[in-house]
Amino acid sequence: MQIVLKDFTKTFDGNTVIDRMNLTVRDGEMLALLGPSGCGKSTTLFAICGIHRVNGGQILFGERDVSNMPSQQRNVGVVFQNYALYPHMSVFDNIAFPLKVRNDSKADIARDVRTIAELTHIAELLGRRPGQLSGGQQQRVALARALVRKPDVLLLDEPLANLDAKLRLEMRSEIRRIQLETGITAILVTHDQVEAMSMCDRIAIMKGGQILQIDAPKDMYHNPRTSFVAGFLGNPPISFLDGRTMDGRFLDEGTGVTLPLPAGVTVANGTGLTVGIRPEHFGHAGDVPVRGKVVFAETQGRENLYDVALPNGALLRSVQPARDDVRPGDEVSWQLNSAAALFFTEDGRRL
Amino acid sequence: MTRNFANWPIVLVLLIISTPIIIMYAFLVIDTVTTSPPGSAIPNGFTLSHWRFLIDPTATGDVWRPTLTTILFTASIVVIVLGISSTAGYALSRLNMPFRRYFLAVVLVMHAFPLVTLIIGVFLVLQFVGLYNTLTGVVLVKAGLMLPFGIWIMKGFYDTVPWEIEMAGVQDGASRFTVWRKLILPQVKPGLFALALFAAIDAWGEYMLPRILAPSADFEVLSIYLNTVSDPDSTTYNFNLFKSVGLFYTLPILALYAIFRDRLMNIFGGGTKG
Repeated sequence: MQIVLKDFTKTFDGNTVIDRMNLTVRDGEMLALLGPSGCGKSTTLFAICGIHRVNGGQILFGERDVSNMPSQQRNVGVVFQNYALYPHMSVFDNIAFPLKVRNDSKADIARDVRTIAELTHIAELLGRRPGQLSGGQQQRVALARALVRKPDVLLLDEPLANLDAKLRLEMRSEIRRIQLETGITAILVTHDQVEAMSMCDRIAIMKGGQILQIDAPKDMYHNPRTSFVAGFLGNPPISFLDGRTMDGRFLDEGTGVTLPLPAGVTVANGTGLTVGIRPEHFGHAGDVPVRGKVVFAETQGRENLYDVALPNGALLRSVQPARDDVRPGDEVSWQLNSAAALFFTEDGRRL
Repeated sequence: MTRNFANWPIVLVLLIISTPIIIMYAFLVIDTVTTSPPGSAIPNGFTLSHWRFLIDPTATGDVWRPTLTTILFTASIVVIVLGISSTAGYALSRLNMPFRRYFLAVVLVMHAFPLVTLIIGVFLVLQFVGLYNTLTGVVLVKAGLMLPFGIWIMKGFYDTVPWEIEMAGVQDGASRFTVWRKLILPQVKPGLFALALFAAIDAWGEYMLPRILAPSADFEVLSIYLNTVSDPDSTTYNFNLFKSVGLFYTLPILALYAIFRDRLMNIFGGGTKG
């Protein structure tokens, strides 16, 4: 089902946290609300499920305006960060609770619970209590409970934040698999860009109650609209150099790095610009040599990360296939791929 | 388990300090089934005659009617205290109601007043509503005086239940009442249980209120009954009989305490185990 937020506004005690936000989540898509803490992503999620009342605008599920409907009538499945399982009930009763509340018949409940338990791979755990489950299993139960009454939309609030690294990897693909198999529209709230990029069809990056950009992960990564988006996506993060235009080229006076501006862009001489260079575009193939000193090196097995300090102190990060001929303190002259450089104006907009 | 210091000195000190109490309790039990010569504390014969009051009302009057009255008295108070504390505590913990903080502060202040400072006001109110000298009146007053404590304790227990459980219940389609009844109440069960025990023990031992607020009523609770038995001016005065009735009166509380000791400690833990 398609979810639409129209001019959605939320205020807390007179403070406007979200001001006239517009968002469309397509039918069957998984969308990530990504942003630093305090950007309003959880507030948006809780408004969609009805925990927060909207102060302005509309929330539409398909054609249905749910803005003033209580949570109970919205038919939304929510997975909370701490799973919020009912500790005094067995796994079966946890999953059956939404159906019992709806007064389904015993046979229907048993069948539906079994179906969803098989989908989430917890069929053999139905007799246990939540306290006897591991974090990943609890997560599956929470997912099953949210999905069992076939909601119009599934909301996930930082679902992986309480898991350890290995389980996180496993649950990432599991949640995605379950979402694809059920074909449900899903919204994922997270501050972790890896989660957002690996699990979702589209990402909405939020900051200060505004959506800065909505795009598929790949487009978002290669084509950020602002320097904030460019800096938020990517690990290790993008590095920025400040400079100005000179005869149609970008010049960083402190380091002498000169780069051609992207084709079709004309900027007045002397305009201040920032250039963003992703670590994979510095270090091996490229057309512009940059001299600097390696100040930090980290081995990750398959790849190495280097921080290179330029003469004026600016840092460029580099990701390269593992090598052991470069150590911290070495002077290097590495190639920079100017075609992949991203140019931003001083107020952060992409050229 | 390793310890930093030996246990026995502590046990010894506690034992010495508690000796008078232990001896007192021991004789409370021993004297009810023995006879001892006048002027001596050492018993010289076994007898069950002090317990005759259980079947023979001639000596002290019927004991079973006061017992039933006390059970009714205690049960009513427990029901009222539990009913109101469990709902009021929830409201104070969760609902965004006006004057919430103010109300909490007042409840706490109420808890601070000793009974005797309130008794004149309570007396006047009972007189006014016509419940003076009735069992209902005493039950209401006793329950009312225990409520500040009960509400405060229950609020503490509700505070430890995560918000998300409530939100999850609402998302699952349950009404706020169903959420409270089916999801929240089971989590505060240890608190309810401990509060019920506390209320029961407290109500069972109540002497002052029935004495003051129902002095000439036609009912008698066990504490009052015990008082009539122990009256040295009465014709039936018998110290061993008094002890037997006293033991009879204390036993249910001792039993409750012995059986549910662990649960009683819960009330100070203020929450469910994760």
